[in-house]
Amino acid sequence: MNRIELTRIPFIKNALKSRYPQLAVFIVMLIGYIFAILAGLIGTPVGSHNFSIVFVWIAWWAILILVAVPFFGRGWCAVCPIPLPGEWLQRGAALSPPDKRPKWLNLRVPKMFRNIWLQNISFLLLALFSSVLLTTPNITGIVLAAMLFAAIGLSTVFERRAFCRYLCPVGGFIGLYSQTAPIELRIKDKQVCVTCEGKPCYNGSSAGYGCPWDVFPGGLTKNTYCGLCMECIRTCPHDNIAVNLRPFSADLAKPSTRMDEAFKAFIMLGSAIIYAGVLLGPWGAFKDAAYNVSSNSWFIYAIVFLAIIFVILPGLFMLGILNKKNTLPLKQRFASLSTALIPLGLMFWVAFSLSFVLTNASYILAALSDPLGLGWNLFGTAHAAWQPMFTSILAPAQTLALVGGLIWSARTAQKAAGEVKVSPIPVIIYCFIATSLMLWLLL
Amino acid sequence: MKRSELISRILIITGILLAVGAPLFLWARTPLIHARMAEDGGWNPDVIQAEVGKPLHLKITSDDVVHGFAVGQMDMRSVDILPGKVTEVTLNFDKPGIYAFFCTRWCGLNHWRMRGTIEVSGASTDPQPASVPLYVSLNLDLDAPHDAPVVPTGKPSATSGQLLEANLPIDQSADYYRSHSPYEVFESLQNTSLTEAQRWDTVAYFWQSNTTPESLANGKQLYAQNCAACHGENGAGDGVFADDLAEAGEASMQTMEGAMNMVMQVPVDFTDPRRMLGASPALLQGKILRGGMGTGMPMWGVIFTEKQIWDLIAYIYSFQFEYGN
Repeated sequence: MNRIELTRIPFIKNALKSRYPQLAVFIVMLIGYIFAILAGLIGTPVGSHNFSIVFVWIAWWAILILVAVPFFGRGWCAVCPIPLPGEWLQRGAALSPPDKRPKWLNLRVPKMFRNIWLQNISFLLLALFSSVLLTTPNITGIVLAAMLFAAIGLSTVFERRAFCRYLCPVGGFIGLYSQTAPIELRIKDKQVCVTCEGKPCYNGSSAGYGCPWDVFPGGLTKNTYCGLCMECIRTCPHDNIAVNLRPFSADLAKPSTRMDEAFKAFIMLGSAIIYAGVLLGPWGAFKDAAYNVSSNSWFIYAIVFLAIIFVILPGLFMLGILNKKNTLPLKQRFASLSTALIPLGLMFWVAFSLSFVLTNASYILAALSDPLGLGWNLFGTAHAAWQPMFTSILAPAQTLALVGGLIWSARTAQKAAGEVKVSPIPVIIYCFIATSLMLWLLL
Repeated sequence: MKRSELISRILIITGILLAVGAPLFLWARTPLIHARMAEDGGWNPDVIQAEVGKPLHLKITSDDVVHGFAVGQMDMRSVDILPGKVTEVTLNFDKPGIYAFFCTRWCGLNHWRMRGTIEVSGASTDPQPASVPLYVSLNLDLDAPHDAPVVPTGKPSATSGQLLEANLPIDQSADYYRSHSPYEVFESLQNTSLTEAQRWDTVAYFWQSNTTPESLANGKQLYAQNCAACHGENGAGDGVFADDLAEAGEASMQTMEGAMNMVMQVPVDFTDPRRMLGASPALLQGKILRGGMGTGMPMWGVIFTEKQIWDLIAYIYSFQFEYGN
């Protein structure tokens, strides 16, 4: 497959190698993040006029799911401010290369947690409370602050970025979907890594820190766990790290065999379908149930939510791929074939997000001028009226995303099925039914 | 420590302090009055200090739904308070006293509980002794039963009554009208040659002649804005909130019946002739001024001016009488 090495361009390479541009972005992002926490806590409780809701759940989400993840994979993780204070504390430095003394406890994360199950759980926890979280500024402020403090706490106990790698509710699906992105960080020559002494990209050196994401770049075959922090570009003594442009979904050619990742695909697919029905659908009772946390109807909603994700969707998928003649274990087939759900899920989220982002994007203008709802008018846009945007292209764009996602997942299913030597037809039918359901819910 | 590290740390700390300090500082310097549904706290703050002759600038925002803001007994247009938006109001007081401000939008079941006070201090430029409301000077018991023992079979017509009334012995003073119920006036006509229906028609005309189209129009508007949600658009006690209040079992809608029995109070039906024809304008004035005392009926004395209350009463009687043009 053709790849274009972006790091051959001196400007890009220098910008990535130097710590200053990244630090500048970090500081801006951190200021924005802290401001979002404060806005949530002290600003107007009216979500549509509070910076925390408008900038996190409309602006950031739009950028993340419509641009960052599809085109830059873990590009968001590269600039995310959440792990920074913890990481700076852990390192005892904000900019300087390490002084070799380990800070704080520096423990290794126990093996049983070195997977994305915790991320699956943390995502589901937020997902179950999402109706309240997405509309209530002070809850958003508290959750944002909790993530910041959790990251700080984990950085002082465990080595590297334990929060990003194992707990971040967003990081899990960004990693999963980053496999589809046309950008990757890879080594240039495997032999160089094999013979490299000390593996400074993983262990750190005077030039920089060992991979904060606990990944050995020499073994990178997919984007899932590379946070694009660019530390290895700085530490590699052999200039053997490249950032490449590549075809979309290149990583999906080699299906995963991990159940935590397989279930992540179901969690994301199921959540998109449920949200499309509950948040955008015409059924008031569903909305009430999702919103009235701790009421009986919410418990039923939560049980149905979890049942769809953990029982119904994977169960139907499993039924589709049951084939006693196949010698490969069902578990392996299940994990591998669920790769097909990755592009499908991503496009479900794109289609779902398009509707509420285009509907609510005009709130961004007002919130920019009056971020706390205190009657300011910083940029003269405080009185911008709510106005859904591009409504005429919404349905065609959603249809295009969903049908495109179906075709994309069908092709992925063909490849994955080839790997485990089964027919892709049941998976394609499964994807077709899911897409039809999503089309019906959204259009 | 390297210089670059030091500068980085300074930049980071400055950034964090700025992100925390700037909004906190500006927030603390922007006093806002927050409006929330009564169940969630109503107005906050609900007591505001002001001075006579000094403009009072208020910034008001809603934390939930659309509310309205107006000050009772003051000639001001109510303003809408939109969620997440800040509305500015400037008030001028020329008399000291305690003024009530209130919500003017049907924001929720307990909308009428959304009230606060403005305490205006300073010397009065024009001291006026408070006048005693008519129901007080008449020593009326507002809670005593006042049903009319006899009611007309149909809606009495003021137009028919106009032709009959000319030479009848009815005291034409406003005080007489205000202090007597339609039934009492009906009774006072019993020694005339009129039939029962004609006597009711005469009463209807007498009631009409004690108001003006302007008063009725003003009363109608006040009624629509302030009363209809409970008492119903057509006065039948079936407003949109009536069922909701009953369903919610609001404590305020319960009242004692006898010593032990609690019953749900429902909004009064103004189309019920027994009740309305037995009530004098002064009695209704008292009920409106004072409120329902333990029922869902709020006290309006701090909100409406005396004229507004008489206009409202005139309109309420129109549910009983057929007024002509």
